[in-house]
Amino acid sequence: MTTLDAHTSNPADPNAPAYARYKHGHHWRSQAEEFDGTKLGFWLFLSTEVLLFAGIFCAYAIFRMLYPEAWAEGSSQLDWRFGGANTIVLLLSSYTMAAAIYSCQTGKFARMRMNLLITIFCGLLFLAIKFLFEYTPKWSGWFFFLDPHLADVHSTKEALGGLFKFVEGYGGKRPGQFFDYPFAKDANIPLWWSVYYCGTALHALHVIIGMILIGRVYLKSLKMTYGPTYYTGVEIAGLYWHLVDLIWIFLFPLLYLIH
Amino acid sequence: MSTIDTSRAKPHEPSHGHHDESYLASRGSLFSNIWDWATTVDHKKIGVMYLFAVLVLFFIGGLAAILVRLELFEPTRIVGGKVVGSLFQSLTAPEATSTAAGNNWYNRTFTLHGAIMVFMVIVPSVPASLGNFFLPIQIGAKDVAFPRLNLLSWYIYVIGSIFAVLSIILGGVDTGWTFYTPYSTLTDLGFSRGAILVFAVFVLGFSSILTGLNFVVTVHKLRAPGMGWFDMPLFIWGVYSTAIIQVLATPVIGITLLLLCMERLFRIGIFDPSLGGDPVLYQHFFWFYSHPVVYVMILPGMAIISELIAVHSRKRIFGYRAVAFASLGIAAVSFLVWGHHMFTGMGEMASFIFSGLTFLVAIPTAVKVFNWIATLYKGSIAINTPMLYALIFLFLFTIGGLTGLPLATLATDVHLHDSYFVVAHFHYVMMGGTIMAFVGGIHHWWPKMFGKMYAEKPAMLAAILVFIGFNLTFIPQFLMGAQGMPRRYASYVDAFHIYHQLSTFGSFLLLVGFLLHAFVLVHSLVAGKKAPPNPWGGLTLEWSTDSPPIAHNFHHEPIVTHGPYDYDSVVPPHWDPKDYPLPDQKQVAQVHAGH
Repeated sequence: MTTLDAHTSNPADPNAPAYARYKHGHHWRSQAEEFDGTKLGFWLFLSTEVLLFAGIFCAYAIFRMLYPEAWAEGSSQLDWRFGGANTIVLLLSSYTMAAAIYSCQTGKFARMRMNLLITIFCGLLFLAIKFLFEYTPKWSGWFFFLDPHLADVHSTKEALGGLFKFVEGYGGKRPGQFFDYPFAKDANIPLWWSVYYCGTALHALHVIIGMILIGRVYLKSLKMTYGPTYYTGVEIAGLYWHLVDLIWIFLFPLLYLIH
Repeated sequence: MSTIDTSRAKPHEPSHGHHDESYLASRGSLFSNIWDWATTVDHKKIGVMYLFAVLVLFFIGGLAAILVRLELFEPTRIVGGKVVGSLFQSLTAPEATSTAAGNNWYNRTFTLHGAIMVFMVIVPSVPASLGNFFLPIQIGAKDVAFPRLNLLSWYIYVIGSIFAVLSIILGGVDTGWTFYTPYSTLTDLGFSRGAILVFAVFVLGFSSILTGLNFVVTVHKLRAPGMGWFDMPLFIWGVYSTAIIQVLATPVIGITLLLLCMERLFRIGIFDPSLGGDPVLYQHFFWFYSHPVVYVMILPGMAIISELIAVHSRKRIFGYRAVAFASLGIAAVSFLVWGHHMFTGMGEMASFIFSGLTFLVAIPTAVKVFNWIATLYKGSIAINTPMLYALIFLFLFTIGGLTGLPLATLATDVHLHDSYFVVAHFHYVMMGGTIMAFVGGIHHWWPKMFGKMYAEKPAMLAAILVFIGFNLTFIPQFLMGAQGMPRRYASYVDAFHIYHQLSTFGSFLLLVGFLLHAFVLVHSLVAGKKAPPNPWGGLTLEWSTDSPPIAHNFHHEPIVTHGPYDYDSVVPPHWDPKDYPLPDQKQVAQVHAGH
């Protein structure tokens, strides 16, 4: 990793680009220390993210041990091709994110913006594959409040009301119990789907947060906020995005490739 | 001056007007003052705002405790069914006339007490208020590493607390503060307040993580020149160890409560045995956070005690490194003991192991207690409110710690678990430990925070009232617990009547003591004498700056030239803190060399 050279910044020069005029927080001794401290803080934050997902992985491990048949059957309902495609999309986006950081450090601003946009696009593509090809076909049965043919829903308000009715036990069915495919052989298969939905939805939420972070970096990059002498924000967004990718790297084989 | 060697200090960047003023200085009109506080990134103001919020919630949680004790004054329903039922009928329990409704009201009130005291008072009490204020100053920094994040965590804390209060206004939750499944997910299905309270605790966790993360980076990166790890005051060691636990344990409760909300809203079944889930899994998840968090509560209390005892007995702390490493040791062991909450829900082997690991906690804890006592030995002890609280802490915390051992022992735990013995044990640790240290710390640092001296004698009287009231409240609970009085029950057999009545009288005495404290402190703000920079003769950095500190903490970046407790080398014999600032160091060195 390139070391940050604070001496090249010149806060006094009004004609210098924004990144060169960056002035570090008054409580830090130097810009380099601020950079190090911010990275340390963010690594700590990433460790909390890992521990957050650890709960899901722990539940996964325990119930897989208790109900191996349910896990095998549930996993067989997933299409590894969609999961695999999403893995490739995220790996590609991790590359473009790293390339964006490198471009920023070396002052190639057009390339940095291009890479940031590709990363965001990959995030969108990931979500699109997830929602259109994986969630929606499984949901069509029970997200009736979004589907006017399946329930007498005429407005958004009613749709939301329908959600709560559903939660209260609409028709005696609750989402956790609802994954009883007619062809399901195992009584514990709802648990599999609970872990699947909690894990992937929490991950998808992180993808969205990551895209917002990168979008913010992109908007700031238009104002030349980041450059070779100051790129903390880009680096931070990159670290976050790599973590999002890494979690998927674990989720993918555990969910799709176990049979 | 000794703490700040001005000749070697780097000149500060040109001052920007008000930065040399006290951080409490007014900014003009009332509105601009409020705006200034609401948007401040100054760790001192954020610390004071935390202190205020924590004390308000301490009052609410305390009132709930008083109501619980009032209810238990008689074995029949006396509050839930009548007084409060008629006062807040629409709010608390619409049908509050029958015994069942009274019992229901009782369950909600002790849940309210537990949840507020644990998640909103004791966890953030010391680190977020006193820690926020003094951690940067004690290491000679101008602020914490991420000031805006610090403000954000205060707002998150307030939002979480509002959600918690909202769930109470909507009618309360009766699960106890532990939210055990499947009771917490399957009862009261028509209401969402259980989910609201759980969500509130989830939000509060964010605040805790952000504060911890901020402190870890601050301690690593912002220490003043000359301050190595072992030159840090022990308060910093304690708060640093706490921060590590906060960062590593809180995410686990985050996912647990998220899953609990999902369970409640969508019945995903992970904790529900009727869907193949495992309720004991919830307990494992919950205690994997909530046992380490017990040390989030006590470590900062211990951190305060190290300061109080060293400063007010004007003596070098005995075994500095042992106390420092004991903090880290407790933090490390804290992650390995969660299973002792489920002795009856696990296999024998696991129970043996967790029992053994639980005993392990006693070692670093005892190291600290013995070192504090050794520090007192031959010190020039000043009997004032902070020192009184340090002594109260030693007394109560030792009882709390030692009564933990029979609970860690498998055979005795079978008899004692879920009894009032457990209730008394953790109140001796949490309240007798953390809260006593917190109140002692507030008095110790009050002159520094607000620049006013409090009235010593009334404060000491209040401390004595609190001490007597506390023991009167909880010693009877040990006794009836050992005889089989179960916890969480609204009713009891006549044999326990006298214990419950004594306990209730004790809680009234506690209330009087704390109200007197509040009066003394508020009085000091209005009519207190102006505090000198160093009223107690402390050697840590906060005593070298103004009282109250200036906006940037120090006029010059301090350079540390002596340890935090070097009373035997920096201070001449028979020195009185009134003679502050310290005399010329060469003369002192000669006096000590002559000894």
